[in-house]
Amino acid sequence: MDAVYEVHGLTKRYGRSAALNGVDFAVMPGRLVGLLGPNGSGKTTLLKISAGLLQPTAGSVLINQTPVGVYTKAITSYLPDRMALPTEFTAGDAVSLYNDFFADFDKAKALAMLSDLGINSRDKIDAMSKGTQEKMQLCLTMSRAAKLYLLDEPLGGVDPAARDYILSTILHNYSEDAALVLSTHLIGDIEKVLDEVILLQEGKVLRQAAVDELREETGESVDAYFREVYKC
Amino acid sequence: MNWNITAGRPVYVQLIEQLELALVAGEFPPGSRIPPVRELAADAGVNPNTMQRALQELEGRGLLQAQRTAGRTVTADDAALRALRRRRAKALAEEFLHQMQALGMEGSEIEALLRESAPPTQEKE
Repeated sequence: MDAVYEVHGLTKRYGRSAALNGVDFAVMPGRLVGLLGPNGSGKTTLLKISAGLLQPTAGSVLINQTPVGVYTKAITSYLPDRMALPTEFTAGDAVSLYNDFFADFDKAKALAMLSDLGINSRDKIDAMSKGTQEKMQLCLTMSRAAKLYLLDEPLGGVDPAARDYILSTILHNYSEDAALVLSTHLIGDIEKVLDEVILLQEGKVLRQAAVDELREETGESVDAYFREVYKC
Repeated sequence: MNWNITAGRPVYVQLIEQLELALVAGEFPPGSRIPPVRELAADAGVNPNTMQRALQELEGRGLLQAQRTAGRTVTADDAALRALRRRRAKALAEEFLHQMQALGMEGSEIEALLRESAPPTQEKE
């Protein structure tokens, strides 16, 4: 089986500082991967390059063996770390927009998820709380039948009850030939749903390991391990 | 089924322990079909691959059987389930004795304590 998401020697410089400095890893289909690291370790930059929003300084990203471009955007469902839709839209407008843009979008699924989370399709985005906006964007992202899901901080502003709903939505919806990579700080809440974690530090991969392997080796949770590794 | 996954130990090990308990308790009766991997995983709030690993391990121990037409059933072999019950009970007993010894309790004291703490079922009859 070939990796669905490969990153080779990826480097991104902003002026004199390097956000990414030679990142290498591969993710196999069917995997749920946590991208972990302290603030400024390069998580968002990595996901933005993979989604085709930024150009790398050096190195490459392959999705389904294809360099990032028009084709990979059609098979990659990306959740940005901030509101990326016009805020005068309603939830219903956003669903129509996704439906027009993405061939793999399942409109009925999106509407069902929105109603489960108590979001009315007539609700305007600028009248929603930050958490509700995040939930709505996540519903849209997960309603696509993509090969690769890239979620940048999907749980940050979401309350614990909705977090459980979102995690179960992810578990129910992800398919065997797709992979999902999510960046987060809320490790404790999600480590039992992850297959593996990629730990970033100062723009480099510190470690890529299976969650159970890490638990077996250290005798502690990934959350505790994270606190130890990145102790300030 | 009630799942309780705690920090610090591999998830699949905890899944195996809790599935074994469910089998011994007859929550999934001998010979019956167990729910699909995905459903069990979503129910436990864990990754489907991890659940799959736990189920395969139980298959290896002869407690579950993979059916050719997809799905898994609980073994109909009573002896295997009885052996599992005995193994789990023995582990609990050993753990109990170990902790009692750590408290400095002697054999006869432990025995008396057990009699004292046991619910008075026989006297009721």
